[in-house]
Amino acid sequence: MTTHHELIVEGLSLGYGERTVVEGLDLSILPGRVTAIVGANACGKSTLLRSMSRLLAPRAGGVLLDGRKVHEMPAKQLARTLGLLPQSPVAPEGITVAELVGRGRHPHQRLLSRWSREDDDAVAEALEATATGELMDRPVDELSGGQRQRVWIAMALAQRTELLLLDEPTTFLDVSHQVEVLDLLTDLNRTRGTTVVMVLHDLNLAARYADRLVMLAGGRLHAAGPPAPAPPPPPTAAPPEPDPCTSCSP
Amino acid sequence: MSVLAPARPTRGATTAARVAEARRRRTARRRAVVVVLLALLVLVYAASLMVGHTFYSPSEVLAVVLGQDAPGASFTVGRLRLPRASLAVLVGCCFGLGGVTFQTMLRNPLASPDIIGISAGASAAAAFAIVTLSLTGAQVSAVAIAAGLAVAVVIYLLSYRGGVAGTRLILIGIGVAAMLDSLTSYVLSRAAQWDLQEVMRWLTGSLNGASWPQALPVLAALAVLGPLLLLTSRDLSVTQLGDDAASALGVRVDRTRLVVIVAAVGLISFATAAAGPIAFVAFLSGPIAARLVGPGASLLVPSALVGALLVLSADFVGQNLAGTRFPVGVVTGVLGAPYLIYLIVRTNRSGGSL
Repeated sequence: MTTHHELIVEGLSLGYGERTVVEGLDLSILPGRVTAIVGANACGKSTLLRSMSRLLAPRAGGVLLDGRKVHEMPAKQLARTLGLLPQSPVAPEGITVAELVGRGRHPHQRLLSRWSREDDDAVAEALEATATGELMDRPVDELSGGQRQRVWIAMALAQRTELLLLDEPTTFLDVSHQVEVLDLLTDLNRTRGTTVVMVLHDLNLAARYADRLVMLAGGRLHAAGPPAPAPPPPPTAAPPEPDPCTSCSP
Repeated sequence: MSVLAPARPTRGATTAARVAEARRRRTARRRAVVVVLLALLVLVYAASLMVGHTFYSPSEVLAVVLGQDAPGASFTVGRLRLPRASLAVLVGCCFGLGGVTFQTMLRNPLASPDIIGISAGASAAAAFAIVTLSLTGAQVSAVAIAAGLAVAVVIYLLSYRGGVAGTRLILIGIGVAAMLDSLTSYVLSRAAQWDLQEVMRWLTGSLNGASWPQALPVLAALAVLGPLLLLTSRDLSVTQLGDDAASALGVRVDRTRLVVIVAAVGLISFATAAAGPIAFVAFLSGPIAARLVGPGASLLVPSALVGALLVLSADFVGQNLAGTRFPVGVVTGVLGAPYLIYLIVRTNRSGGSL
């Protein structure tokens, strides 16, 4: 894990149907660092993250991974470099922890190839990194919220990507579990050099854990930089507008 | 916290060994289930060829299968029992595969094609083609398949509202199935009085009068669409994690879904055109296979075998063990209905999303 990949957002505009969510956004992700994307509800944080992992096609501009547009890359090839943990993934009924984590190996497996030694090793490593090895044979449905979130992160780790995008990895967790998950992610960043990009709603946690904060407002870049010195006050102070993406101005 | 997160670190090699061990255990169990199901299938298949109004010894049956001339047995076994048992296996595989595919894709055991109206569509169309249009053979299959696909598209579109939710699709499917069943009943009410056999086929499914020309299209469908489904099985199991997670793992979700729907509907429609909508086989095979194999593994092959075994055994029971001869669908219906009730009661109790 020494080669660092460059992820760059260029003039990106995104939207659903009639609504524009993100407009003309430029951003480059620092390789090997932890970036937190923060901002008010409905400011386009998750939308941006989804587009960075090719789940949402851009209206204009694009997302470049090492100079190639991610939306034009083969899905599996991209999935070997860039992983995404969406906000609410679904665990199939009765699936065990080890099997769920094993699903993370999908981009590395060919159509008819068998499960390899490397797959086993990747799963084991992911289980250990997230301290879920003991839970290996337990059904995911029976786990607590914090454990479950660690298992999902383990699945994303088994993918062995050098870039890891996470959409609100701490939602629905109490504070101690939030800290636990974020400790885990920063550890990964430090020990393996994984580039971590996460959407967080808690500004305090974001400032504590991220090397760089990216603040969005109304679908545009409001500020970006290291957490200290303090960035300009976030637009979260005002109650969210019905359609903040058109009413906010940076 | 300390309770939730075991602090004791496990050594790398041991965890890897345990992961490999757990996987080997799962694979071994799945393989054992497949072998046992295959063995049972061969047994019941052999029994269906031997047992009936007249009993024929294994050597007589074998002679017929090998194409030698055996007095009496040549007709009964070669012309009646052999195509019948073979068709039972083929349609069972088709229903099992098609059913489990839908259940996996929509993450819901109720989302089987015989509950959400796809079998009903193929069945209504086939009944209409035979009774009203007087079509035969391949034409009937073609009409049934077109109708099955059309129903699938209609249900999909009706339940589409910024994405397809499983529950909405199932409820709409049940409604569509009821409409199509009434269409079948209407068509049959206009049929000639003497056509009772035909009536039973399109209401509950039946293997009566099974012949090779009926079995061949099903065999062809299974030979083409079965492998296609097996090739997508890994992608299919990843789509269970939700669309976003599956895409992030490199699965082309929409393309996978399209291939899978067309293949599964094709299998169901071909099988329905040949034997009618054999009640609950598509619905039961997947869950039974899941119980046998355990969660997580691919269910396609075990489910196909369970389907074949269900149809073959139910037909055997209906033909030989009851006082009168029942069509196969009556027997599978008796098995399936309690499971449907159990499933609904269970989801209701756990407050699950259907």
